[in-house]
Amino acid sequence: MKELVETLARALVDNPDKVVVNEVEGEKSVILELKVADEDMGKVIGKQGRIAKAIRTLVRAAAAREGKRVVVEILQ
Amino acid sequence: MNSVEATGKTVEEAIEAGLKILGVEKDCVNVEILEEPSRGLFGIIGTRQARVKLKLKLDAKQLAEEFIKDVCSKMGLDVSVQHEKRGEYHYFYINGRNLGILIGRRGETLDALQYLVNLVVNKRLSKVGNRAKIILDAEGYRKKREKTLIRLAKKLSEKVKRTGTKIVLEPMNPQERRIIHSALQGDEKIQTYSEGVEPYRKVVIAPRNNERSAQ
Repeated sequence: MKELVETLARALVDNPDKVVVNEVEGEKSVILELKVADEDMGKVIGKQGRIAKAIRTLVRAAAAREGKRVVVEILQ
Repeated sequence: MNSVEATGKTVEEAIEAGLKILGVEKDCVNVEILEEPSRGLFGIIGTRQARVKLKLKLDAKQLAEEFIKDVCSKMGLDVSVQHEKRGEYHYFYINGRNLGILIGRRGETLDALQYLVNLVVNKRLSKVGNRAKIILDAEGYRKKREKTLIRLAKKLSEKVKRTGTKIVLEPMNPQERRIIHSALQGDEKIQTYSEGVEPYRKVVIAPRNNERSAQ
């Protein structure tokens, strides 16, 4: 799941080497914290969060297959 | 600059040097090795540097296909992709097992991937002033959905004619709305239009004679 977020983010941003994803295991869910370069924030969020929503939709689909709940958080 | 030649002690070093000139990552270029390096005799006579040619990937088909396959494999899906170019549109047909999760409820996962693949490909193509429109289908989902929508449109248009009152459909994306509009275009007794704001924009089917009062 972490790799999926990395792949998506790296393809979208201008600074792929600055993409970092941290996996935080919660009780019932997994939180994936995505960090990108400041100037790339817009590239992973998009107008009205449309890109972030698409990323979350794909991650949710992949997670459902493994019966997990995964939350993607974009960190400043 | 779409391509560059670079040299280095090894092929890897030559590639690195070329990528620096172009200012891109390795997955953005196609590498052609022009000359393998040679140590020569005692490392003195006849030493030859590696020479490579890097070309920016500017082919919508290649860029899209690689991204789709990469994302699918990270989702644990083994897929094959077929490409077809029709007019200005690139169609990609994705086939494989368990594609239900790739389609999602009402195609929302497929729409998300389609949105992202358009962004990713056009980000690269825009560097040379190009654009591509990409449409994804998985296991014939879109074709089936199109048939369903046309059937729905015809059925509801009959109801509108019978009752004389307008019907507001559920929210749909632009492609699905277009299917409804064009399915009912030739019908003179009714009219169709869209109302609301994305992503909740809906098609309205209304009788044509009370055009004014319907709006």
